[in-house]
Amino acid sequence: MKTNRYLLSILVDDEPGVLSRIAGLFSGRGFNIDSLSVATTADPNVSRITMVTNCDAQIIEQIKKHLHKLINVITVNDLTEKKYVERQLALIKVHAKPEKRAEILRIVDIFRCKIVHIGHSHYIIEMSGNNEKHEAFISLLQPMGIVEIASTGSIALARENGK
Amino acid sequence: MKLTGAQILIKMIKSQGVDTIFGYPGGATIDIHDELARHPDLRHILVRHEQGAVHAADGYSRAHDCVGVALVTSGPGATNTVTGIASAHTDSIPMVVFTGQVPTALIGNDAFQEVDIVGITRPCTKHNYLVKDPNKLAATIQEAFHIARSGRPGPVLVDLPKDILQAQIEFEMPKETALRSYKPNYTPNKKQLAKAVTMLKEAKRPVIFAGGGVILSRASKELTSIAKLAKIPVTGSLMGLGAFPGSHSLWLGMLGMHGTFRANMSIGTSDLIIAAGVRFDDRVTGNVKKFAPNAKIIQIDIDPTSIHKNIPVQCPIVGDCKTALAGILDLMEKEDPKDLTIDRGPWLDQIAQWKHTTPLKYEQGPEVIKPQFVVEKLYEATEGKAIITTEVGQNQMWAAQFYHFDKPNHFITSGGLGVMGFGLPAAIGAKAACPDKMVVDIAGDGSIQMNIQELMTAIESKLDVKIVILNNRFLGMVRQWQEFFYDKAYASTNMENAPDFVLLAQAYGAKGFRCDDPAKVEQTLKLGLETPGTVIMEFLVEREESVYPMVPAGGAITEMLLV
Repeated sequence: MKTNRYLLSILVDDEPGVLSRIAGLFSGRGFNIDSLSVATTADPNVSRITMVTNCDAQIIEQIKKHLHKLINVITVNDLTEKKYVERQLALIKVHAKPEKRAEILRIVDIFRCKIVHIGHSHYIIEMSGNNEKHEAFISLLQPMGIVEIASTGSIALARENGK
Repeated sequence: MKLTGAQILIKMIKSQGVDTIFGYPGGATIDIHDELARHPDLRHILVRHEQGAVHAADGYSRAHDCVGVALVTSGPGATNTVTGIASAHTDSIPMVVFTGQVPTALIGNDAFQEVDIVGITRPCTKHNYLVKDPNKLAATIQEAFHIARSGRPGPVLVDLPKDILQAQIEFEMPKETALRSYKPNYTPNKKQLAKAVTMLKEAKRPVIFAGGGVILSRASKELTSIAKLAKIPVTGSLMGLGAFPGSHSLWLGMLGMHGTFRANMSIGTSDLIIAAGVRFDDRVTGNVKKFAPNAKIIQIDIDPTSIHKNIPVQCPIVGDCKTALAGILDLMEKEDPKDLTIDRGPWLDQIAQWKHTTPLKYEQGPEVIKPQFVVEKLYEATEGKAIITTEVGQNQMWAAQFYHFDKPNHFITSGGLGVMGFGLPAAIGAKAACPDKMVVDIAGDGSIQMNIQELMTAIESKLDVKIVILNNRFLGMVRQWQEFFYDKAYASTNMENAPDFVLLAQAYGAKGFRCDDPAKVEQTLKLGLETPGTVIMEFLVEREESVYPMVPAGGAITEMLLV
């Protein structure tokens, strides 16, 4: 079956063990998590989990239903087919050989990223954007020699309320 | 008024209408047992192993149609409940399990008899709690019962640290439970109900497939009325036995791996399946790609995850089985009866022919007892009115095939998880729930040994259960697979080294009878059933008898191995 990238926005009770219930659901049923971000919302009793998963249409239906079945899950919103804003934050440490520095700066500029640290042999770049921008940026930096990356999962909000 | 945590626990359990709990004490729960002794109206049945407590609560729940309750201590007491909880979870049995826990200050310190039982049971409970604040104890207990019994029922575990049980707090009865994140949908979509009736009118070869959900939602009456009104034959999953009268002419017998020939063929030939309260388990479907190739499927279930999980469904109905079936029945009653039964004659003739040519069968000769014969004679001796529990394996399948259940809540078996050692404690639980009923555990010689210690519970608590052991000195179901698929290499399945079950019964203070003569089966059953107290009836049966029909794992259910 054809797999797609799905983006789910899940509101949960902010209680101990909730993340474990969700992680356990995925591992126990053989579902796949590509990325996961969790933080509280404007309501201190509610957390938002943004999750990216790759699967087929039948499995995403099961995932959504099983998530909803968890007692601590308040809503499951599938943003995939909706209009939404998505961001990932990444810190990328890249080799900064003298002959490559100008090119790195150019790429950073074009992608509207920031250099947040300059060392003797490397830069650390902060970038934020959606998944596609993230992937494109990484692939352009690859030839410079990426030392390491720290990246958040995707976070997202629907553009319209309740849609 | 100030109460201790233990007092609040008992007050809250009673407020839920519970009058019986199954338990085993330990260091972490002494306070509860100490308090329980002052509450004669809340019966505590002392089991001999915590697994037994949970299975007994399961049996109690199913026989009495209520929430079962078990109470055990921390650490090993808690881990011993896991099998029973997992079984109740798979079979959607409403249950609340209370476990003791080390004091909150010690949690995480690897204290004596400490385990993270909430972590361990997360995947096999409907929900679970660790109570860390005595002020939340009462509301949590109320919530646990609410979750256990509502929606698709299931087990809920509440972990109770010792300091919470000892804390003294001002008690206030909690407000009615209202959870913003848990609101099961009972009411089916009316359009879907109408669509189901339209599909039914167009069908020529419909079959109703009833599961445990019909029994849990008390929908047998509605299901039976629909079947009779539109002359629709009915099959059931193991969990659905008793949802439709087993002695009715429209009853096809059980479906699946050891289903009847006519049930499996009916599903294979059907053009419309009305599935109620089932989850299309692999033991029912066989190869899903070849399951019901000609049929459209209407599926009614309160749990949306059961729908489209294994089998594509053309008319999903999410809601309570009873409400949905009542809605369908209402709509059907407005139709011309003739429109509901178009071409039913040839379909019912075909089914009758399957029943005639390929019934469930065995041949009872003069020498060796056949296990099926024992079950059939038990059915006659109890007039089909006993509550039957089973262990797991051949004994379970023969019970399902040869004891015909006319009413729900009379067949109690570990259906989904398949727990050996389930039957005896479940029978004790059922007897506690229904003291006036005959309760019989149909057991194998292997599985009865898995929770045999519960004989003492039955005797101590005067819960008279009758145990029929079909002793073939094998782990019969595994042996059967070895015979069919492993060149008869009977590795690790020989059970010839077994205790003398008659002496064993006596050692516990029960009665024991043994029978090895087909001519004396009825006599032994009569004697055993009429003898007061807990009784073991051991039947030495044909060693290498197999359960037929059998659908080899992964095969289509219409491709059966027959006798």
